This record gives sequence, C-alpha cells and structure tokens, in this order.
Amino acid sequence: MSNTNRTLLSDPMDDNNPITVQVLGICSALAITVQLKAALVMSISVMAVMAASNVIISMLRDLIPNRIRIIVQLVVVASLVALVDQVLRAYAYDVSKELSIFIGLIITNCIVMGRLEAFALGNGVWRSFLDGIGNAAGYGFILILVAFFRELLGSGNLLGYQVIPDFVYEMGYENNGLMLLSPMALITVGIIIWIQRSRNRKLIEN
Amino acid sequence: MNRDSNLYTFLFATIMVFVIAIVLAYTSQSLKVLQKENVRKEKMQNILSTVGVITNREGAEELFDKYIEEQLAVQNNGSIDPTIDVFNDIKLVFELKKSPKDQDFPLYVANIESEKYYIIPIRGNGLWNAIYGYISIKEDLNTVKGVVFDHVGETAGLGAEITQDWFKERFINEKLFDSDNNLIGIKVSKTNNDPNNSDKNDHEVDAISGATITGDGVTDMIKERLEHYIPYFNTLRSNKIALN
Repeated sequence: MSNTNRTLLSDPMDDNNPITVQVLGICSALAITVQLKAALVMSISVMAVMAASNVIISMLRDLIPNRIRIIVQLVVVASLVALVDQVLRAYAYDVSKELSIFIGLIITNCIVMGRLEAFALGNGVWRSFLDGIGNAAGYGFILILVAFFRELLGSGNLLGYQVIPDFVYEMGYENNGLMLLSPMALITVGIIIWIQRSRNRKLIEN
Repeated sequence: MNRDSNLYTFLFATIMVFVIAIVLAYTSQSLKVLQKENVRKEKMQNILSTVGVITNREGAEELFDKYIEEQLAVQNNGSIDPTIDVFNDIKLVFELKKSPKDQDFPLYVANIESEKYYIIPIRGNGLWNAIYGYISIKEDLNTVKGVVFDHVGETAGLGAEITQDWFKERFINEKLFDSDNNLIGIKVSKTNNDPNNSDKNDHEVDAISGATITGDGVTDMIKERLEHYIPYFNTLRSNKIALN
C-alpha cells in the first residue's frame, strides 16, 4: 500500500478525526454511546454503509449529473441503510432491536454525506473505499471510547457484564447516573478533544 | 451526451429510481419470511417468559404448545368469541384504534405444573413511540407472576431499560386489585417510599431515573388494558365461588 493510501486510513484516526477535529456526527456520538455494544454495532454498520456508498459514488462519479448530485448521494446512502436494516432484521434480530431507530439515522450522519461530497466524487474507487473505511474507523474509535467510559462509570458494566465488583459498592461506591445522560457524552467528547490537542500541537489554531 | 442537460439529468434520475426500487423490493421480499418468523417466535418467547419459562427463539414454539393450554378472545362484556385465532389474528396495534366495545382482548391461559396463569398482552405509549409487553397473573386473579416489556424506540440506557430484568423483577408478586376487587394497577413511581420493594401490597414500584415518561407509559398501559378484562375476571371469580 502506498504512502498516500496509508494516510487515507491513518489521518481520520488522529489529525483529521471526523468527530474530534471536524466535529461531524456528534448527534449519534451523543445518542448511542450509553452502552458499548450498541456503539460497536453502530460503528460496524456505519463502516459498511460508508465503504459501500463511497465505492458506488466513486464508480458513478463521471455519470452523475452535477445538478442533482446531492440527491443521488442521498438516495444511495438511504438505500444502503435500508438494506443494512433489512439484513439485520432477518439475521441479527436482537441487535437490530437494540439499535432500533439509530440504524435509520445513519442516513443523517453528516460524515457519510460529507465524505461522498468531499472525496468520493473526485477520487478513484480503491482510494474512496479506503477513505470510507478510514473515516468510519475514526468515527467508531471515538464512539467506542466514549461508550467505554459511559457504560463503565454510568452502570458499572462493560458489554452488559458487571465489571465493578460488589465489594466496591458495599464500600459506598455509587454508579454515576449523570454519565447515562447526553450532556456527559458531550463533556466526554470535550475531554477527548482536550487530551488530543494537548498531545498533537498541529491541531491548535493561532 | 451533455452531463448538464435537462434530458440527461431526467434520464439518470429515472433509471436510478428504477434500479434502486428493484433492489430494495427484491431484498425486502426475499428476507420477509425470515423476519416474520423472528417476530412470531419472539412473541412466543415473550409470552412464556412472563410465567418463568425462559427459552431461546428456536425452542419457543415447542414449549409454547406445551404450556399454553387456552387462547381466548375476550369481549368487552366478558364473554368469549371462540371463532378467532387469537395468536395470529389479534394485533393490539389495530385493536387499540377501535373503541373498547368493538375490540377483542387476547388472553392466554398457561398451565405449568398444574398452576394456572392468565397472560394479558399490553400496549401503550412511551416517550418516542409505542411500548408493549405481557403481564401474567396468578390464579387468584390479583398477584403478578411476571412481566415482560419491550419498546419500539425508547432512549437506549434510559427508557429502553424497561426491558431489563432488574426492572421487570420489581413487578413480581405486586397486587393489581385492592381487597374489594377494585383495579388499582401498579404505579411506576418517582416518590416510592419503598425502594427495596419489600411491600408487595402498595401498588407501586420504583421508577427509572431519566425515564419518567416511559415509566408513566408503563403505569398507564397496565391499568388501561387490565380494565377491559374485569367483566371476564368477575365471571371467573363468581364461578369459583359457586364451585366452592
């Protein structure tokens, strides 16, 4: 894999992270990070949708009429999401119930449309595929990180299993119910941005 | 052809819509059988879980046939309509749109090791969308044996927690009627003075923080649905007295 292709995968993880740097896709980062499992499945679903839609738009990029390109992108993304939803409902019924409306809300994730418009319309199929995977991974990484802290501190569980032992509760420890509410997701993302910027000086504006 | 011409744009849009319609319709049709089967077995699983029979989706059908001995379509006046296929034909979504006197009220009677339980499907509104479930009542027609709740789109981690075991367990052994057989229901309460739920006669369970509206929905749907079974329960009660 060439160097430029590798940066397509590595850039969104740090220097150009969709959530912490571009501040896209915040809505779902707040909504589905209460539990680690939902965040994991959401990340995988977004990755599938982004990779596939980037590839399709990139293949059609010389055919799509300029004036209706946003509509075309929307239709492609919406159809892929409908497909993912149908497949989950047939083969992973429990997961699909858990995510309920959030699968449909992938359509509204600004990252998906943003990458189609900014990258897939002007680049080849392979590079677009990598870009989709990379950005979805950068999004998923933050989602999983936030969900990890929210589930651990909010309910004392990880992936639904209790990890904080009973004797800690007996000593007077309490789960922090505030972690389960959306404001704490925003604050957690804020703390992650703070840590990232203090380590990566490139991101600091003059 | 010029990519910016009206004709090209129009043609492109038309072809795109056709292709996508075919793909989506094909997927939906070919997966429909699997999806319906999942929903049907989950319903059996839910009904069984209220009476303490825990099974996976695959084993649900067999156990359902074994334990559920009667499926009744109760009418508003307390009589039974024997012509209706209760499990497949009564959908609470549609029943709730009718006026109570035209509705059929499904009732499943389970017999587990010669203990009789009455299982009632319930449905109401949560914060975002419908919430539903089943409540099973012991033979005294008052004590709750178990409940199961589910929801269409409640907030994960808040309202969606009504599906969790720790919440459902709070309803076990709670009473629905007072000593004069008036329906009180079970209130999901924010001002519950009994957080450990040791008093099973207070008609209250502890609410979930941050899920007030979902909790109120649970309170309301239990009371609203149960109300319609009172005439039938009264017949059962008087039959019982007559037998004694």
